[in-house]
Amino acid sequence: MLERCGMESLDELYSDVPDSLKLKRDYDLKPQMSEKEVRDFFEELAVRNQPLTCFAGAGFYDHYSPAVAQSIVSRSEFLTAYTPYQPEISQGTLQYIFEYQSMMSQLTGLEVSNASMYDGTTAVAEAMLMAVAHARKKNRVLVSATVNPIYREVIDTYAHYHGVTVDTIPEADGVTNLAALSELLAVGDVAGVIVATPNFYGILEDYTGLADMVHEAKALLIMTAPASALGVIRTPGEWGADIAAGEAQSLGMPLNFGGPYLGYICCTKALIRKLPGRIVGATKDADGQRVFVLTLQAREQHIRRDKATSNICSNQGLMALYASVYLSLMGAKGLREVNELSAAGAHNLAIRLVETGAFELKYPDKPFLNEFVVKFKGEVKLADFIEVCTSCGCLPGVMIADDELLVCVTEMRTSEEIDRYVWRAETFSKATLPNYNAATSPEMSN
Amino acid sequence: MNKKYYGKVIFELSRPGRQGYSLPANGYDDALSALPAGLLRTEAPMLPESDELTVVRHYNNMSTNNFGVDTGFYPLGSCTMKYNPKINEEMASLPAFTSLHPFQPSATVQGALEAYYTLQKMLCEIGGMAEFTLNPYAGAHGELTGLMVIRAYHESRGDMKRTKVIVPDSAHGTNPASAAVAGLKVVEVKSLADGTVDVEALRPLLDDTVAAVMMTNPNTVGIFEHNIPEIAEMVHACGALMYYDGANLNPLLGIARPGDMGFDVMHINLHKTFSTPHGGGGPGAGPVGVRAGLEQFLPNPRVVKHQVSDDSIFDLDFGTEKGPHALGRISAWLGNFAVELRALAYILSLGKDGLKMAGTLATLNANYVKESLRDLYALPIDRVCKHEFVFDGLADKSTGVTTLNVAKRLLDHGFHAPTIYFPLLFHESLMIEPTETESKETLDEFIEVMRDIAREAAEDPETVKNAPLETPIRKPDDTAAALNPVVTFSELCVNE
Repeated sequence: MLERCGMESLDELYSDVPDSLKLKRDYDLKPQMSEKEVRDFFEELAVRNQPLTCFAGAGFYDHYSPAVAQSIVSRSEFLTAYTPYQPEISQGTLQYIFEYQSMMSQLTGLEVSNASMYDGTTAVAEAMLMAVAHARKKNRVLVSATVNPIYREVIDTYAHYHGVTVDTIPEADGVTNLAALSELLAVGDVAGVIVATPNFYGILEDYTGLADMVHEAKALLIMTAPASALGVIRTPGEWGADIAAGEAQSLGMPLNFGGPYLGYICCTKALIRKLPGRIVGATKDADGQRVFVLTLQAREQHIRRDKATSNICSNQGLMALYASVYLSLMGAKGLREVNELSAAGAHNLAIRLVETGAFELKYPDKPFLNEFVVKFKGEVKLADFIEVCTSCGCLPGVMIADDELLVCVTEMRTSEEIDRYVWRAETFSKATLPNYNAATSPEMSN
Repeated sequence: MNKKYYGKVIFELSRPGRQGYSLPANGYDDALSALPAGLLRTEAPMLPESDELTVVRHYNNMSTNNFGVDTGFYPLGSCTMKYNPKINEEMASLPAFTSLHPFQPSATVQGALEAYYTLQKMLCEIGGMAEFTLNPYAGAHGELTGLMVIRAYHESRGDMKRTKVIVPDSAHGTNPASAAVAGLKVVEVKSLADGTVDVEALRPLLDDTVAAVMMTNPNTVGIFEHNIPEIAEMVHACGALMYYDGANLNPLLGIARPGDMGFDVMHINLHKTFSTPHGGGGPGAGPVGVRAGLEQFLPNPRVVKHQVSDDSIFDLDFGTEKGPHALGRISAWLGNFAVELRALAYILSLGKDGLKMAGTLATLNANYVKESLRDLYALPIDRVCKHEFVFDGLADKSTGVTTLNVAKRLLDHGFHAPTIYFPLLFHESLMIEPTETESKETLDEFIEVMRDIAREAAEDPETVKNAPLETPIRKPDDTAAALNPVVTFSELCVNE
C-alpha cells in the first residue's frame, strides 16, 4: 500500500506536519487492554455504583423499558448508520423518524414535529430561539418560575450569548402568576412565553386564558411537558401553544445517569420553516412508490451556514427510534395505563406520607399527576432522612429546599416499595431510631 | 441489505384492541379520573395499536432497508464511519450504569463519576488540553459550548467588543451556524488553491473585534494546515483565541495534539474519532477541552476528584457563590453518559499504541485510495492527504456524468456514497474517508468499483445517470417533498 503511495515508511504520511508540532512521545495512557480486561475494568466500576429504588423525578423519570425497545435499537442497521443523506439506502431511518414525528405531533396536539433534539433542556432553549427569530425585532422572553430550574439555567445560557433577555414570571402558591405575567407582557418587546405542564413541582397548572393573553401581545406560547404525561394531560395544542418542546426520556428510556435522552420540538404548521434540525417528509420515488426523505433542508446549517435556523446537524436518531417502538407497543391505552399506575401510586404515597405526620403537602390544593412536593416535619434534618433512606437502597426524592422534597412515583414502584417508604417516613424522621428489628420491619431489602 | 422495499408505516398495521405491552395491575384508587377534566386531554392520541410480534417484524423489516457500517463500506467523508466494537455496547448497557438517576447522591455513583473523570483526563492527554467537559451532546453542541467558553473568557476580561469569529470558507456549515447561535458574527477567510487557509488574507481580518478563529485541522479537504504555528501566533497577538473543530482529529491520533498547535479551545466528536455508533444521526457526544487558564469557563456540572488518604472520591462541582462557573449550564446533566462509556471502552481497548496505529492507518488508507483512483478522477489538491481527500468529480467531464451520479451508482454496488458537494471549494466535490478499520481487500474492491463506474461513465453514461437501479427505492422526488411538506401520518392520510 505504501508503494502505491510512493512512500517507504508510514512516517512519510506525516511529512507535511511540521516537526515542531509532532508529539515525540507516547500518550500517557495505558497499553491496550484485551476484551476481557476491558470488561473487568467496567465491572469494577459498576460495583461502585449503587442503583436505588427511585422516587426521584425532577425531569428524569424511571419508567419501564420494554425488552422489545432495547432489542430494536440494538439492531446494527439502525445503530451503525449515519444521518440519512442517501435516501435510497436509508429508508429504515427515514421511516422511523416519520413515525416518530407523527407520534409526537399526536402527543403534543401540534401539527408538525422535527426529527428530534438532543434533550429537553436544549429543545426548550431552541424553542426560545425560534420565538425570537419569528418575532424578528423583539428580544425578550418570559419564563415561568415553575419551569424546571435546570431548564431555566440552560435557557439562560443560550439567551445570554444570543443576546436575548430572559425575565422570570413569578410563581404564586406553586403556579405561574398570570396577573404578574400580564404586567410583564404589557411592558412589551416579548417574543415568547415559556411555561411547563406539569410544572417542576408536579402541579398541573390551569392555563385557561393564557394563550390569548400571550397572542394578544404578539408573542409565541411555548409549553414544555414530559412526553409520557402527554398521553393523558391537556396538550400544549389544546392550551393554544404555538410550540411544544421538552424531554421524551419518560417514554421508557433508561435513566442512564443523565443521557442519552430525547428532546422533542413540535409546532404549528405555520412555523414549520422556523423549526431547527432535521425534518422527514413523504414523497414518491421515480417508480411512484411512497418513500421518505429529509426535507425543507434549506433551513439547515449545511446549506444556510450562519443564516440557519439552528446549528444542530442531525438529531437524536436512535432515541427517536426508541420512542417510536415504545409508543407502537404501548399505544394510547398503554400510555394511559402507565399514567394511571403512576398517578395512583403517587396519590397513595402522598396521602400516607402526610398521615405519618413526618410530612405535609406543600401545595395541598393543587392537582398533580405523579409528582408532588412535601415539607418535612420530622425531628431530624431532611438531608439526614434522605441519607438513611439512601443507605437502605431507596432514593426518596429530590431535595429542592432545606425542608422540601420533590417525590415522584412511576409504574415501576411496587406497593411493597411504597409501603416501605411510608414505614421509613414514620421511623427515620424520629430523633431516636426505634429498636431496630429486621424481623418485624419491612426493611428487609430496599 | 434487502433490495425489496418494505415501506409500511406502523400506523397502517394498527388494528383496534391489539396491544404490545404488559403492565402490573393497579392496586390503588384511580387518581387520574379524579383530576379536573379541564386539565386532561379530551381525546386519546392517535397511536398505533399493535401486538409485540407485529412491532418487532415491522421494525426489523424496516431495518433491512437501511445501510450501516455493519452492512458495508461507508466512506462518508468528514464523518469517520469506523467500526463500532460490540464490547462497547455491552459495557454501556450494564444495569449498574443504565439505572442511575442523575440526582443520586455522589456516594452512590462513584463508579459512574470515575468513568466520566477518567475519560475527561484521557481526552486532556490526547488533545493536549488542561481540562475537558463531556457535557455537550454532539459536535455542533460542542462547538456552541466552546464558542460560549470563548465569549465568557473575553467577557471576564471586560473585553466586550469581540463579536466576530473568523471561519475558513472550507469549514463545515456548523461552524458559522454555531457562531451565529452563540451571538457572534461570521467573517469568512479564503483558502489557497492547496486548500489551506490563506495567511495573508487572514492577517488584515485580525483586530480587537475578533473573538476567535475556528479551524479544522486537517481541514475539510484532508490537508494538514502546516501554517498553524504562524496562524496561532497572529491570532493570539490580536487577543483572540484559537478554536479547534475536532471533526478531523482521527488521523492525528498519536501524532500531534491541538493543544501543542496553539489551540485554546477544542471539541472532539466521540462518534467519529472514538468509535461510538452514529445511531442514524445521534446520540453523539461533543466534549470540549480548554487550555490552562480557561478551566473556570467550562459549563456546569463538572466532575472533580478529591484525594482522601489513599482513596479517590469523585464529586460534582457547580462552582460556588463566590467563584461561580461563568458559563452556567448547557445540558441537563453530564452529557450523553452512555456514549461516554463507549468511548472510554474504545480508548482502553486500543491503548496508547492502538490509538496511534488507528490514526496512521486511517491516513494510509486514504492515501492508498487516492493514489489508486487519481488517473480517473480529478484530484484538485495533489498532496499527501490525511484521513480523507476530495476529488472534483470524474477526470473526464465530457460524459456529463456528475458526482451525484457516481455516488448513486456506488449504492448499486453495495457501498455507501462518499460525502458529495462538500466542501464548497469545488463544483463536483466527492469526499472520501475510508477510516482505519477497513481491510485492504475492502479498499481494493471499492477502488475496482470506482474504476468500473468511471469506465461505465465513458461507455454507457445513461446507466450511470439513471442510478441507483438496484436499491430498495429509486430516486425520490425531493422537490415535491419540499413544496408540499407531508411530515406526519395524519397529513399522509389526507394526502393519499
